[in-house]
Amino acid sequence: MTDLDATDRALLAELSRDAARSAAALGAAVGLSQPAAWRRLRRLREAGVVRGTRLELNREALGFGVTVFLGVKLAAKGRVSLEDFERAVTAIPEVQLVEHVLGLFDYRLRVVARDISDFERVLRRRIMTLPGLGTVEANVLLSEERRPGPL
Amino acid sequence: MLDDLDRRLLRQLQADPAASAADLGERAGVPALKAARRLARLTDRGILTARTAEIDWRALGYTVAVSLRFSLDKTDPNAFDRFIAAARAIPEVTEIQTFLGRVDVRLNVIARDMGHYQALYRDSILSLPHIAELEALVTVATVKSTEALPL
Repeated sequence: MTDLDATDRALLAELSRDAARSAAALGAAVGLSQPAAWRRLRRLREAGVVRGTRLELNREALGFGVTVFLGVKLAAKGRVSLEDFERAVTAIPEVQLVEHVLGLFDYRLRVVARDISDFERVLRRRIMTLPGLGTVEANVLLSEERRPGPL
Repeated sequence: MLDDLDRRLLRQLQADPAASAADLGERAGVPALKAARRLARLTDRGILTARTAEIDWRALGYTVAVSLRFSLDKTDPNAFDRFIAAARAIPEVTEIQTFLGRVDVRLNVIARDMGHYQALYRDSILSLPHIAELEALVTVATVKSTEALPL
């Protein structure tokens, strides 16, 4: 586990707002020189605290007006292979997120589609045909916000 | 609307969100300057919203992630706003989503361990306003996670 000081936390908060800035600009935002900021950024990446860069796109402007979260329960009968289900579901391009969960469902999926009829197509042709699928609950996303987290 | 080059650049950017304009241009088969200009235009048009750092909370000692799904008591017309305002005040809440469906709001909550989660649940989560129903899905593993759209 990596321990952070207050400057690291400030830097992470800046990065989770906008990571497409130079070390000099990020440093200036938290009161560090360019070399000092660069060293800290490198350390955060090497420690795996910053896992990567997330690209945020305006989905509506790109024609993807519908995002649906599916709660999936696998069929109890016939001993479904989790590997087969996971391999098939991750290969669907409209599926952005696959989480294995404990609780009411076995998996949480995030699915993007152009509109509701496109979603119906994905659901019928791609999701309902997944190996081992049991029941599916759908909730249509209305709004979302990411929070900085406990920094 | 997007033309073919916009699409090619966006596809390359989705595949590697941290890439420079020069690299993206090379992969899309255009000079760096042209790629940079196109990317700037996509940003101006609000299509490319942001590039943010993806923080690995596990590396910071947060080993527990839970999806909390709420149904709200909608007899109060301000239930959503008041619930969301209160959820924003909990630092361990990393995502807030609203839905059309059986679930009204979902929070992603992270905790250092189950003891910490239990404390959060009792002291912060259960005191959120207007909860009618609440269920938890504990994340076991993230099998796939991408922001990429099937462009």
